[in-house]
Amino acid sequence: MSTHAYELLSNRAVATAAVVYFLALLSHLVEWSALIGRRRADVEERELVGAGAPAVEARGLETPDEDRSERVAMFGRLGYLLTCIAALAHLTAVVSRGLAAGRVPWGNMYEFTVTGTCIVAVAYVALYRRLKLSWMAPAVVAFVMVFLMVGVLALYAPVEPLTEALNSYWLVIHVFAASLATGAFTLGGIASIIYLIKRRYPDADSGWMSRVPSLASLDRTAYRIHAFGFVLWTFAVLITGPIWAHQAWGSYWNWDPKEVWAFITWVVYAGYLHARATAGWKGRNAAILAIVGLATLWFNFIGINYFSTTSAHSYASVPSHAPAIVDGPAAGGTVTA
Amino acid sequence: MTGSPREATPREMTARELARWSWRQLTSMRTALILLLLLAIAAVPGSLIPQENLDSVKVSNWQDAHTTLTPIYRRLGLFDVYGAPWFAAIYVLLMVSLIGCIIPRLFVYWRGLRAQPPAAPRNLLRMPAATSYETAESVEEVVARANAVLGRKRYRLRRESAAGEVAAEKGYLREAGNLLFHCAVIIVLVGFAVGSLFGYKGGVIVLVGDQYGFSNELTQYDDFAPGSLFKPDQLNWFDLHIHDFHVDWLTSGPRQGMAKGFKSEVQYEDGPSSPSKSYDLAVNHPLDIGGTEVFLIGHGYAPVVTIRDGKGDIVASGPRVFLPENQSFLSFGVIKPAAGNISAQGLFYPAEVTLGGVPQNITGDIGDKSAAMLSLQVWKGDNGMQDSEQSVYTLDTSRMTKVNDTGGRAFNLRVGQTAKLPDGLGTITFDDVVRWNKLQISQTPFKHVALGGVSLALLGLMGSLFIRPRRVWVRARETAGGTLVEVAVLDRSGNDEVDAVVSGLVAQLQGREVEEMS
Repeated sequence: MSTHAYELLSNRAVATAAVVYFLALLSHLVEWSALIGRRRADVEERELVGAGAPAVEARGLETPDEDRSERVAMFGRLGYLLTCIAALAHLTAVVSRGLAAGRVPWGNMYEFTVTGTCIVAVAYVALYRRLKLSWMAPAVVAFVMVFLMVGVLALYAPVEPLTEALNSYWLVIHVFAASLATGAFTLGGIASIIYLIKRRYPDADSGWMSRVPSLASLDRTAYRIHAFGFVLWTFAVLITGPIWAHQAWGSYWNWDPKEVWAFITWVVYAGYLHARATAGWKGRNAAILAIVGLATLWFNFIGINYFSTTSAHSYASVPSHAPAIVDGPAAGGTVTA
Repeated sequence: MTGSPREATPREMTARELARWSWRQLTSMRTALILLLLLAIAAVPGSLIPQENLDSVKVSNWQDAHTTLTPIYRRLGLFDVYGAPWFAAIYVLLMVSLIGCIIPRLFVYWRGLRAQPPAAPRNLLRMPAATSYETAESVEEVVARANAVLGRKRYRLRRESAAGEVAAEKGYLREAGNLLFHCAVIIVLVGFAVGSLFGYKGGVIVLVGDQYGFSNELTQYDDFAPGSLFKPDQLNWFDLHIHDFHVDWLTSGPRQGMAKGFKSEVQYEDGPSSPSKSYDLAVNHPLDIGGTEVFLIGHGYAPVVTIRDGKGDIVASGPRVFLPENQSFLSFGVIKPAAGNISAQGLFYPAEVTLGGVPQNITGDIGDKSAAMLSLQVWKGDNGMQDSEQSVYTLDTSRMTKVNDTGGRAFNLRVGQTAKLPDGLGTITFDDVVRWNKLQISQTPFKHVALGGVSLALLGLMGSLFIRPRRVWVRARETAGGTLVEVAVLDRSGNDEVDAVVSGLVAQLQGREVEEMS
């Protein structure tokens, strides 16, 4: 297969994945709406039985409405199955993009987005059973779909060779670690957002909130994902990043806008872990801090490109104005001085 | 803290008390946390406002466009955020807070490391994660098994426990990791500080060719940014020249005409009498000469131009560095000889094609130089070279008048062509084109200290995040029907799933085969 054919395959696989993610999302939404219906049935039944023992405790999956619960389970399974198919197509897209370019498929923003969302999707599919993630399903599928679409619509760039400075094995290590960390922080952030929603309806026995794990368990899950992400982020931003920057630009820390925001993200998540460990900031405050961290992370990924054009990371910018980084000193001297 | 009579009557603190109070405030966890978040916020403006040390041209453009804000921003140091006193104040306070926090904890840890696990609390079942079961085994059997099970899991066991009791603890390395992380942060800051105080970063444009070159002396640098404690005698002796230079041009795709890769064949001597050595200098492949590193960060063209005056005497001759304006190496440059009264500025096209009467540059690849073109505007008069130091890349035409070609156009020259200036002013010859490389030369002392520090920090971080410290107590008591065993687990990290640990432990104590929980 020619490189062009691989590129075409990759584009089609992305489109297929997006459509199947959408079907998966629909399926999960049907599942949820059925859950909401079930609660109503539940309530009516409880009223018939009359007050007495706390019915909330007794409420389980074995509600009298067998049809409904079967439908919920069926749509849940269907959604997961569709997500698996979509993730497979997504993975195909990433691999064939790599084959088309003859390098790792994360050389520009489009590729980074496609690969990053693929990591989230594959991690979710793989951990679905082990960590019982069904409660997360619609949020994760919606997230992956939306960001994949943003990548296709706003960031798409045809396969190109790398600019000189990117042509290094550090691209494999640094960017892969950064995208893994981004995926982990995103999942952790979703858990924290759901935590805050759940907190507003703590004893909700309604629809999907009833399926979300307990507050304490959500908080703990979020913490663990963040801890994992933070270690990777430290490795990507404070170890491999400076080593590569030193080799390519002659200085390991340049206070370049991307570096600054990567550092800000690091500091916010350090604050999150520190607050949990020492100040006893569990729950709400920690979740808010985690969401602030996530906001800085995604701002750095996309937003900062609109504010600053001096970034030496400008290959990672929106395609319309993407100067290669070391093609000669621009009118102010060096790129990094 | 209430009730003490001394606090009941408020009075002014003595200086000593104030100092102690301030120190306690500064080294409290909450302050550390606030300082940490403050550091994040303080770093923000530097990424949004142009920074002096990143792009001084952009700074002056910004200042021209915002005349009211500029003095305020300048006062606040917002054009050099990371060198500003208030930014320094935050990280110095953070560092002091860190040290003040770490030292007492080191002592606490040292004592705790040798201490026995604490004895079992009186009422184990009041612990958040606890359970009990009845067994037919004797108290001694239960205790022996508990010791064996916990020992196998590498718990530290309390030596002098009361009869029928087992107290165990593990996960001491979590705090060690935590302390290592914090100490490593200090190492990183020291490494970073030494690097920026004693290091330097300089830039120089070196022409490609054996007759050109660079000696590592202050005067040879085009720009030089030393740390505040840098001393010129830190510059070590070396000479280098660029023997040859190769560019790999993109010949297709959307970036057609841009450089894909480039590489210089550098020859250098690292001592007055040392033999010449060769090195392939490329992006991501710097050259290290005795602790001074040389990086290839850019390249471009330097047209070789000769200017003769009306009498035919040469007033200027040689290569002039033109700076690339865009990715296809359309370049701008200035020729302003110190002698004579003719100056020129204009564009250099590596590969020019005239489309609709307008010259266009199609690629940065100069090929056999046949399509290269120099398009010059010529000026006569005082170019100011005698007056003061000024940039070699701009021409001040305020005291000059423009010399026009017969059609009022610029003088367009191919390699080898000569333009005759009107009114017997002289001639301009475009002799040849040579290439230049922009080199960045720097010393970054202690960079390995910083790297080692970050690596240790990562190691400590992993310890402090993934090791789960916990205490376990088992108490067995004879009752009427047999032996009552109570098991309690205390999680000391706040993130453990203790219930699972308790049930796993109970299963093992009862001799059931279970999946290992930890």
